[in-house]
Amino acid sequence: MLEVSALAAARGDRVLFAGLDFSVPAGGLLQVTGRNGTGKTTLLRVLARLVRPDAGEVRWNNTSVADLGDEFFAELCYLGHAPAIKDDLTARENLAFSAGIAGVAADAAAIDAALAEVGLTGREMLPGRVLSQGQRRRVALAQLYLGQRRLWLLDEPLAALDSEASAAFVERLGAHLHAGGVAVVSTHHEIVPPPPATRHALRLGAGQAPAKPGSDTDFPGGRAAGSQRNG
Amino acid sequence: MAIHWFKYASPASFYGLAGRLAPWFAAAAAVATLVGLYIGLVLAPTDFQQGDSYRIIYIHVPAAWIGMFTYLVMAGWAAAGVVFNTRLSGMMVQALAPTGAMFTFVALWTGAFWGRPTWGAYWVWDARLTSTLILFFLYIGYIALRASIDDPRRADRAGAVLTLVGVVNIPIIYFSVKWWNTLHQGASVKPGSSSMATVMLAGMLVMAFAAWMYTIAVSLVRVRAIIVEREQHSAWVGELLDARAPDDAPGTSGGVAGSKGEKAR
Amino acid sequence: MAVLRRDLLLTLRRPAELMTTLFFFVIVVSLFPLGIGPQPELLREIAPGVLWVAALLASLLALPRLFAADHADGTLEQLALAPQPLSLSVFAKLVAHWLTTGLPLTLLAPLIALQFDLPASATGVLVVSLALGTPIFGAIGAVGAALTLGLRGGGVLTAVLVLPLYIPALIFGAGAVEATLGGLEASGHLSLLAALTVFTLAFAPWAAAAAVRISLD
Repeated sequence: MLEVSALAAARGDRVLFAGLDFSVPAGGLLQVTGRNGTGKTTLLRVLARLVRPDAGEVRWNNTSVADLGDEFFAELCYLGHAPAIKDDLTARENLAFSAGIAGVAADAAAIDAALAEVGLTGREMLPGRVLSQGQRRRVALAQLYLGQRRLWLLDEPLAALDSEASAAFVERLGAHLHAGGVAVVSTHHEIVPPPPATRHALRLGAGQAPAKPGSDTDFPGGRAAGSQRNG
Repeated sequence: MAIHWFKYASPASFYGLAGRLAPWFAAAAAVATLVGLYIGLVLAPTDFQQGDSYRIIYIHVPAAWIGMFTYLVMAGWAAAGVVFNTRLSGMMVQALAPTGAMFTFVALWTGAFWGRPTWGAYWVWDARLTSTLILFFLYIGYIALRASIDDPRRADRAGAVLTLVGVVNIPIIYFSVKWWNTLHQGASVKPGSSSMATVMLAGMLVMAFAAWMYTIAVSLVRVRAIIVEREQHSAWVGELLDARAPDDAPGTSGGVAGSKGEKAR
Repeated sequence: MAVLRRDLLLTLRRPAELMTTLFFFVIVVSLFPLGIGPQPELLREIAPGVLWVAALLASLLALPRLFAADHADGTLEQLALAPQPLSLSVFAKLVAHWLTTGLPLTLLAPLIALQFDLPASATGVLVVSLALGTPIFGAIGAVGAALTLGLRGGGVLTAVLVLPLYIPALIFGAGAVEATLGGLEASGHLSLLAALTVFTLAFAPWAAAAAVRISLD
């Protein structure tokens, strides 16, 4: 499904990663770990085509994403650090407009159902400015559940979430993977989705310990941990 | 042919080429300047209306031409950078901008000096002078944008967009300023422009050639500095600097010291 | 379109920003008689230029509203990742921006023109020329605003980048009003201005979209 070959990215003079090869099959989760500043966010942004890689290629369904154009965006949901929540819009409006921008058809009932799923029932009419960080994150996650996108690229999705919401998210992630979806998630916490899903780990940053021994499977693409030069 | 060009589109190989070519262009600029000044200051006759003050056109007109031309060349490199995504293109745009801005400024400055005895004022809102002033603003915009972006690759791409937007607007600006000028002042009188002696034209052309060669020489030298500065962490620059500064210090520290020297221009 | 409705709704929820732009316009225009003197003849003569330059500056000050907030809260990333072309979304933002900046300025202008004793015919041309010219300020300004997203001193830098490019619109627009004042036909100026508006609206959203992608990289 998602394949990456010889990928390299730099920020200014600093090479974040180079010669990165991996592939994530349908139903697979790739968990990206690494210290701050090792390029987790940049990798996700490269995968989402927000950042041009310095070298290498990202392929989706065996086609380079550079050639796919907007078709690729129609299969993708990316959630970055900023949850894209407007202070002056209510939770319901925020979600409705996010769906509208992403081209996801969603009626009022679907919006409320998605908000209910992230535990925001009764808070639909609260403006963004009074929502806590965790509640903002939940609205952003609700967008994920609304559209049936096959590829999830999530940057620290658990940040600011309480343990209950985290557990609900992991469950939902499992369902996504079970349905044949693909997810690349950067996080400091270990995410263990419910069984049939395969889990792969990628640790960015040279000179670090290899991926945690607790990895469920070996890395399919071969070179995962410690594959970077110049880090 | 295409392969040949793309070989030199890599900064590493262009560095050597630029180093070999720059002295030749510098020499051509020096010779053409001497010839041009000889034609302009000695051979060309004194103008019967303006006396010798008109001789500043041997600086003014070539500077205005090259100032304009350099912007077009920048836009050409910017377009090449957008189409082929080559790193060298952005570096060339960056290297050309200061020289283009300098010539535009020289054109304005000498225009003011010429205007004082000719029109009785340092500045008149003549269509050409006004267009040149706006062109100078465009150069300043490019340089200001570059200066405020830290990541050189983002600066290259942002600068390319700005340069291309600017070059699309230049004909519109020129036309609108001319239109504005004719409405407000009537056709502007350009002394000496209608009945220009061949020798005067020859002098201006030779001086324009000199300015052009100077621009190429200077931007080649400047692009070498930019290449070394940007690629100072790459292997080939390290080797180059080690080879050039063997006494400085061995190994990587010599490379860093050398690159600082290169940055100082 | 979702982008258009969202931007309009956001401005309606926070009308103070719009009002600030309009008051800026009024204040700048009112400064000129104070600086130059209240002679009606002189004021009438400078009115086209003053009103146009003031509208231009007010549009310039409104430019950060286009992208800055969306850049800060991540909405711009989502727009860039939407299945529709980014240039289309930028165009929608431009329409919303014009409805909340250019249009109010255009409608306010005849009222301010009273300060300068502008005759009715010239005031009519002023309204038409501003209606045609303010979209140009937004569209070219969008390129500058997008290029300077997230940079130090972004506002001043945007001004340096886009002001030279505003000159043709200023010349044709203020020229149209001036021609009417001088008893001439303004249609030549206005058609050139309209052509410039169409040309700018065709190409600027595309350039602005490219600039947004560069700023997100």
